[in-house]
Amino acid sequence: MNFGFTEEQELLREQVRKFLEERCPTSTVRSIMNSDAGYSSEHWSQMAALGWLGLMIDESHEGVGLGWIDLIVVLEEMGRSLCPTPFVSHCLTASTLCELGNEEQKKTCLPGLASGDTIGTIAVLDIPDDPIADNLTLQASADPGGIILTGTKPFVTDAGSADLFLVAYRHANKPGLAIVRRQDDGVSASSTATMDLTKRTGTLTLENVKVPAAQLIPMTEAQLIRLLDKGVVAVTAEMVGAAEAIIEMTTSYARERIQFGHPIGKYQGVKHRLAEMYVDVESFKSLAYFAAWCVDEDPDQLPRAASLAKAYASDAFAQMGIDGVQLHGAIGFTQEYDIQLYLKRSKWARPMFGDADYHYERVAALTL
Amino acid sequence: MDFEYTREEEAFRQEVRDFLDENLPPREQRGSDFMENWLARVREKRWVGFSWPREVGGGGGDIMSQVILKEEMAARRAPPLGTCMMGLAWVGPGIIQYGTDEQKARFIPDILDSKYHWCTGYSEPNVGSDLAALQCKALRDGDHYVINGTKIWTTLAPIASWISMLVRTDNFGSEEAKHEGITALLVKLDAPGIEIRPIENMAGQRAFAQIFFDNVRVPVANRLGDEGKGWAVTISSLANERSSIGEVTAMYSKLESLKELVRRTTRNGKPLSDKPSVRRELARFEAKIEAMRLNGLRYLTRQIRGQPLSSETSVNKLHRADLEVEMGDFAVSILGQAGNQTRRQEGAVDNGSWAADALGWPSVVIGGGTPNIQKNIIAERILKLPKD
Repeated sequence: MNFGFTEEQELLREQVRKFLEERCPTSTVRSIMNSDAGYSSEHWSQMAALGWLGLMIDESHEGVGLGWIDLIVVLEEMGRSLCPTPFVSHCLTASTLCELGNEEQKKTCLPGLASGDTIGTIAVLDIPDDPIADNLTLQASADPGGIILTGTKPFVTDAGSADLFLVAYRHANKPGLAIVRRQDDGVSASSTATMDLTKRTGTLTLENVKVPAAQLIPMTEAQLIRLLDKGVVAVTAEMVGAAEAIIEMTTSYARERIQFGHPIGKYQGVKHRLAEMYVDVESFKSLAYFAAWCVDEDPDQLPRAASLAKAYASDAFAQMGIDGVQLHGAIGFTQEYDIQLYLKRSKWARPMFGDADYHYERVAALTL
Repeated sequence: MDFEYTREEEAFRQEVRDFLDENLPPREQRGSDFMENWLARVREKRWVGFSWPREVGGGGGDIMSQVILKEEMAARRAPPLGTCMMGLAWVGPGIIQYGTDEQKARFIPDILDSKYHWCTGYSEPNVGSDLAALQCKALRDGDHYVINGTKIWTTLAPIASWISMLVRTDNFGSEEAKHEGITALLVKLDAPGIEIRPIENMAGQRAFAQIFFDNVRVPVANRLGDEGKGWAVTISSLANERSSIGEVTAMYSKLESLKELVRRTTRNGKPLSDKPSVRRELARFEAKIEAMRLNGLRYLTRQIRGQPLSSETSVNKLHRADLEVEMGDFAVSILGQAGNQTRRQEGAVDNGSWAADALGWPSVVIGGGTPNIQKNIIAERILKLPKD
């Protein structure tokens, strides 16, 4: 029984935190989030050099060969810093290829993903509602030696920066993933910011895109759901880090801000809300860690574990975003002050890979 | 990270399971001598006072074994390992850590053998959360202390034989030094000058009481720890496991009963288990209970690694308090008017046990530190916010 990180994982955390504190302070976050690209290619190559982009890619494909527990250490720190980067999309792509791709596909795609030369993302749902199999509707048509894809995938995260898309489709009543490159004929992707300027999304448009059989990855419905559950875990891990930042910022403000002759953190209206936030973060942190453990070690438990984590986090983090701003008073409402960036992140994260209503209902369906 | 147990731990789990198969018959098959036999058997196994040192008669069990024992016992809804609840939870650990050899020899075997009940005297009429402000006083008179004052909300006082209590022996009326001058005494409740008045709680039970002390003489030999150092005695640092696994298992089994209730109950002709708000609420309980389980395992891991814990256990105490209130009220609220019918009242569901449950939460939620106090603890000790 050991529900803690290894020394190596703690060192990785230190490395990531130090990197982000030095290279991506909020002033840098702000300049990147206001840029067209929405991420920093300089950061991207540095992250590649540190091995983070190939974190989960095995060594035979030029990665580092670590697992999901290692990944969430990085994600938590990314969430804390709000570093604008297509890292989550990229890791989901790499993890999926590692798990479902054939040797040829791995050999072609993984080294580029590990080196960062290729940025990957996933384009799964056609109806951007709950993360259920029914919302994958793109029907492929048969083509000699492959398939043809025509359709649009809305809300594809980091569509603007991605070079490689794992596009989910249906063919002969079975789901599959097509490896599609940005430069392939008929492929176009738009890019837009969201309310949270540190996160980008876009629409992937496919017009008569011919995908040869060699680029197709057959998939079961269960594997499709597992792919989405990995997304749930990744986003929830980022929420943990961002939520801890809200507590740190608000606590330090409450220690310094004097009203009625005392720091406001002395008053129970303020300190009790902060204590409640602490209880919530400790709790969805534990749930998120366990869900991440399930990804590699106990896949059967993943659906329930992932849903419990995201459901709890979606409600709690959204409220923390609001209260973090409110406890700062008027200064928290300003563009200049950083707490509002976390409020926006909490809005962004809430519906990603399913909101609390969806995930609580899923738990009920699994256990009631 | 791993959630595996070692071979020794698995073997111990099996030992506990085998023991339960043999010694825990279904409720309807238990004879009148069941409890007596049960207590004797678990005592033979040295599972009573499981974490206490072997030299005082405890089991000397390590932290993981404590977790496994509690988990298995709770999963089978086994009776407690001893009936001297306060002795096992609070008084015994205090005596082991601060008591004299004579006190250990006199009291610890009786606690382990469930000979009689203990209660603990902390709260007073004007002293609740602010415990250090206590006023019940004891003045030295030769070989004795003479106690005058009162204790209230004393759980189990109506049936207890002894009380472990805090009294003020110095610093009367001093606000600054109120933590000093407090002394712990072990007092036999049949001493002359003691009057116990049971108080009925809102669920109709008389489990707690107010105790009046009128010139009650207590031998100095019954002082626990040094004079004036009683504050430390309340916080024993015995290596108790901190995972709250027993509570978690009990909450999970309560959740199962709620699920079973909504499956068999219809409202407006439809099963309650199909109602979205009911489904969401049950899943939300499950998330909190699972979070408690996993928080506990994280804290336990730190404890095993020898990393200091601050007041993280307050996190699970707050969840437990919320869940006690919310889960108790949930059943009553979904049952409509029938939910308000308690035992022996017409139209009650399951003989009114849900309604009775809904009134039981204060003993858990208020006893041992109210939620507001737990929040102060987290805010001040962990988040380092200024004290009130």
